[in-house]
Amino acid sequence: MNRLSWFNTVSLTLGFAFLYIPMIILVVYSFNASKLVTVWAGFSTRWYGELLRDRAFLNAAWVTLKVAVASSTLATVLGTMAAYVMVRGGRFRGRTLFSGMIYAPLVMPEVITGLSLLLLFIGIGLDRGVLTIVLAHTTFSMCYVSVVVSSRLATFDLSLEEAALDLGCSRAEAFRLVTLPIIAPAVISGWLLAFTLSLDDLVIASFTSGPSATTLPIKIFSAVRLGVSPEINALSTIMIAIVTVGVIAASLISKRNLVRQRRDELAAVRG
Amino acid sequence: MRRVILIAVPYLWLLALFLVPFVIVLKISLSDAAISIPPYTPTLDLSAGWQGIRDFLAALDFENFVWLTQDDLYWKAYLSSLWIALASTAMTLLAGYPIAYGMARAPEEWRPTLMMLVILPFWTSFLIRVYSWMGILSQEGVLNQFLLWLGVIDRPLMILNTNTAVYIGIVYTYLPFMILPIYAALDRMDNSLIEAAEDLGCSRLTAFWLVTVPLSKNGIIAGCFLVFIPALGEFVIPSLLGGSRTLMIGKVLWEEFFSNRDWPVASAVAVVLLLILVVPIVLFQRNQERQQEAEK
Repeated sequence: MNRLSWFNTVSLTLGFAFLYIPMIILVVYSFNASKLVTVWAGFSTRWYGELLRDRAFLNAAWVTLKVAVASSTLATVLGTMAAYVMVRGGRFRGRTLFSGMIYAPLVMPEVITGLSLLLLFIGIGLDRGVLTIVLAHTTFSMCYVSVVVSSRLATFDLSLEEAALDLGCSRAEAFRLVTLPIIAPAVISGWLLAFTLSLDDLVIASFTSGPSATTLPIKIFSAVRLGVSPEINALSTIMIAIVTVGVIAASLISKRNLVRQRRDELAAVRG
Repeated sequence: MRRVILIAVPYLWLLALFLVPFVIVLKISLSDAAISIPPYTPTLDLSAGWQGIRDFLAALDFENFVWLTQDDLYWKAYLSSLWIALASTAMTLLAGYPIAYGMARAPEEWRPTLMMLVILPFWTSFLIRVYSWMGILSQEGVLNQFLLWLGVIDRPLMILNTNTAVYIGIVYTYLPFMILPIYAALDRMDNSLIEAAEDLGCSRLTAFWLVTVPLSKNGIIAGCFLVFIPALGEFVIPSLLGGSRTLMIGKVLWEEFFSNRDWPVASAVAVVLLLILVVPIVLFQRNQERQQEAEK
């Protein structure tokens, strides 16, 4: 069972080739000297230079980053609260509606979420800009955070919290000193998920942003609508590099924690 | 008291920014387009008291929904979205199952790395992953150059701006959503069951059909819904990879809103799309609940 059959080798190779070759091609062509994206004219970092001199892109990147940090932080607070209510809140009036509102945004087409939020903002006369994008992103990403955190809370050993309460902690102290450190990895992955969703979102941001706030995806979309552009290839490469480093680092850290935990457990057993 | 605040804050947030906007969409879908700000009538005039509310309700009608059935653009777009979503879900399953199967059969020490390789594209920008195919599929693109060089074709194929490109885009971007639930189901499977089936005289293929596939059924169902539901309302893929003849309802809604500025019709399109989605969403929810109960 430890060696792969030829069928599995072929399907894994083809599968991962399909997943990665498009991105590799994108990265390779970002170093192409030619303006014509399809003709290879030698290695050059020219498009990176042009990208970094393009003020419109830098502004859009800055707006995107601000929106992502603000909305993912807000979404983490609200989503963790929602998860706590869902798992520990017990019964209260309107619980079914609450859980429906948590799960519905996960499966809602983005065009509908965007349209409905825009109509709300216009209805209450809120000017569209950074604030409205933050509100929109917080709303859908808090649901993702709450799903991630509540799955951790559901497997959490309640007796730990009860022990803290028995030992004289108040509910708030028990949450801060016991519950939060244990669910922290889930809260952090929730934040990361919310952050990425916000960085990535084109449709909802297009509906809820005004002329004063253009995010990076909106900028990319309007640039590539007309066809392939070497500057966008360079930008994509930078983004792919950041994500790759982030994901590899995260997996190394979690692996190291796992190893340390096993060693501690082993030491405790031998103790 | 503290508990009330804990419940109230996320509750009110979702009410105000999720439920209320839907009520507004529903209301505007029953209104008429007008050249004014906002571009629809009637608007609710609360200062006129009960009379104002009565006038407002009297002016609402289902005209936009009737319009959707009369202009064949809309129902063709709904049907074509359903078809594209269905066909691409089937293709994603055909592409994803062997990968998930291969991962589950891979040596234990490879699996975390393979897992990471499946998840990595998910963290990369969706827009960029769709965009990467534009350079591959275009007339002068990498794929056409490659095929010309091989001598398989003597004229470049027209792939970008057709439905084929949309299928490729959906399969590519949603593949991880198909692989992960199937892999999770296969990973849990007890391998001795297959050995037992083979001992009892099943061929490898029969054992696969009679044992492996039924045991991964829940993963297959979950993966299919995770691809089908977002694909149905997809906007980015048809607008970047599809052509002018690619009809998908997400694109129609976008154009109705941004190009035609007809908010009531755009809202009606959204309401109907939501009604279509209710069926798969409820079925998906039920599948997830059944699975959770089975695990307990």
